[in-house]
Amino acid sequence: MAFDKMELRDIEVWDGNFAAAQALRQCQIDVVAAYPITPSTPIVEGYAKFLADNYVEGEFVMVESEHAAMSGCIGAAAAGGRVATATSSQGFALMVETLYQASGMRLPIVLNVVNRALAAPLNVNGDHSDMYLGRDSGWIQFDAYCPQDAYDLNFIAFKVSEDHDVRLPAMVHQDGFMTSHTAQGVHTLTDDAAYGFVGVYKPMNDMLDFEHPVTHGVQTEEDWHFEHKARQHNDLMTKVFPKIEKAFEDFEKLSGRKYNMVEKYDMDDADVAVICMGTSVETAREVALEMRAKGIKAGVVGIRVIRPFPFFAIQDALKDVKSIATLDRSAPGGTVGMLFNEMAGAMYNLETRPMLSGKIYGLGGRDLTKAHLVDLFTELQANVDTGKITTPLQQFIGVRGPKLSFL
Amino acid sequence: MANKGWDEFEIGAMLRTFDGSIDDIAGTSQEDRSYSENSSYTASVADWRLIKPVFNKDYCIDCQFCWIYCPDVSIISRDKKLIGVDMDHCKGCGICVEVCPTNPKSLLMYDEHDDEETVIANWPKKDEEEA
Repeated sequence: MAFDKMELRDIEVWDGNFAAAQALRQCQIDVVAAYPITPSTPIVEGYAKFLADNYVEGEFVMVESEHAAMSGCIGAAAAGGRVATATSSQGFALMVETLYQASGMRLPIVLNVVNRALAAPLNVNGDHSDMYLGRDSGWIQFDAYCPQDAYDLNFIAFKVSEDHDVRLPAMVHQDGFMTSHTAQGVHTLTDDAAYGFVGVYKPMNDMLDFEHPVTHGVQTEEDWHFEHKARQHNDLMTKVFPKIEKAFEDFEKLSGRKYNMVEKYDMDDADVAVICMGTSVETAREVALEMRAKGIKAGVVGIRVIRPFPFFAIQDALKDVKSIATLDRSAPGGTVGMLFNEMAGAMYNLETRPMLSGKIYGLGGRDLTKAHLVDLFTELQANVDTGKITTPLQQFIGVRGPKLSFL
Repeated sequence: MANKGWDEFEIGAMLRTFDGSIDDIAGTSQEDRSYSENSSYTASVADWRLIKPVFNKDYCIDCQFCWIYCPDVSIISRDKKLIGVDMDHCKGCGICVEVCPTNPKSLLMYDEHDDEETVIANWPKKDEEEA
């Protein structure tokens, strides 16, 4: 091979951004078209440095905006390359138009989204507003809770996304600063093992196949558009889950680390449970253990795959729980939070139908403290003890001023 | 094709220009290529046009300017000789007329319904002032 390999220690001290950049190097990305934005910039900067230092054979395309970055990725993916980029917040928002192009054109691009609040007011810190903005775009969405996850899920994202039965783009989410800039021990794969897992890129309907010319990005009106979107949704709903399951299994064989579409912690006998994503999962796990020491059967459910939404796995995880709270880290814009909405949809038809309430927390990087979670688990236990929901359905956690609740 | 269901076509917003594989496409004239029904070559968009270019071969010097500038590849040239306009794909933009360097021009725009033989019989004379 024309590029150099890198010797890694078994455990490296990496933040989430550098872990993702190393994964992009080990996957040997052909094209990264990128525009910098805090806090995701070090991912594409890292790839560019690896490229300049001859650790990757590829192209780095500097563009004038995030819209152009994803457009460049779409062109490169249609041409037949392994493609990735990274963004956050306002950049993600600018990318949205092209996200729908990428999924509709069935191009397996991997986008690292370092989650950050959306203006106004302008804010560079982590919440899930950008992640929620992409949830109807037809992409597969993986959520990392720590730098290790950000590293591992990149390999899994390429493996699933590029499968010829799938051919749908994938996002790997990590929390801005809390994961992206917080260094932790990350167990590494060797370059050969990592590349062996994702495999050599297999093009499909690529524009550089001159014997089979194709036109990408065609127009359809009322006569065909519905069939195309139906096909896309069908494949997202039926073909992606088995491939993710297989990738999780294969990755466990390779690394010993097991991921699940729905991560369950202390859920076997839980009466009360908190559903959350990102770095909050680790905080909630710690508090759940402390609540158990106080006699409250507390558990935590982390969503690992946000889209396609693991409807049945969620039902299975929560069917025997009595009182549940969803933690949504995004301003819900006039309704319930996304997780509350999805949980309600998944559980409404369950015979056991658990009690469900929703919390809005952590906007613009506001800390979710252990004290918040102690209060929350205590409140859920009060629901169990009285047999009904004792609070409004939607409450804000950690905001200054008079208590804010709705519904 | 009109009755195909959602599960009966290839994935992606993608169409194939040819049925099966091709080789030496550069050495094959358009009329000899196996264009698929999805190729725009097989679809007429003549009704987009309000005015049309008429080609008068008496004045053409085969400079190929029109062939190079036509945005719809609608100037038909064979062996570097202009032989006509592809009226299924010409949109009537008039660029070929603009770039034509002869005096009088070898291509002029006329109303879509004008009779070609009549307009050629009444073709403008050489502009002595410009010459």
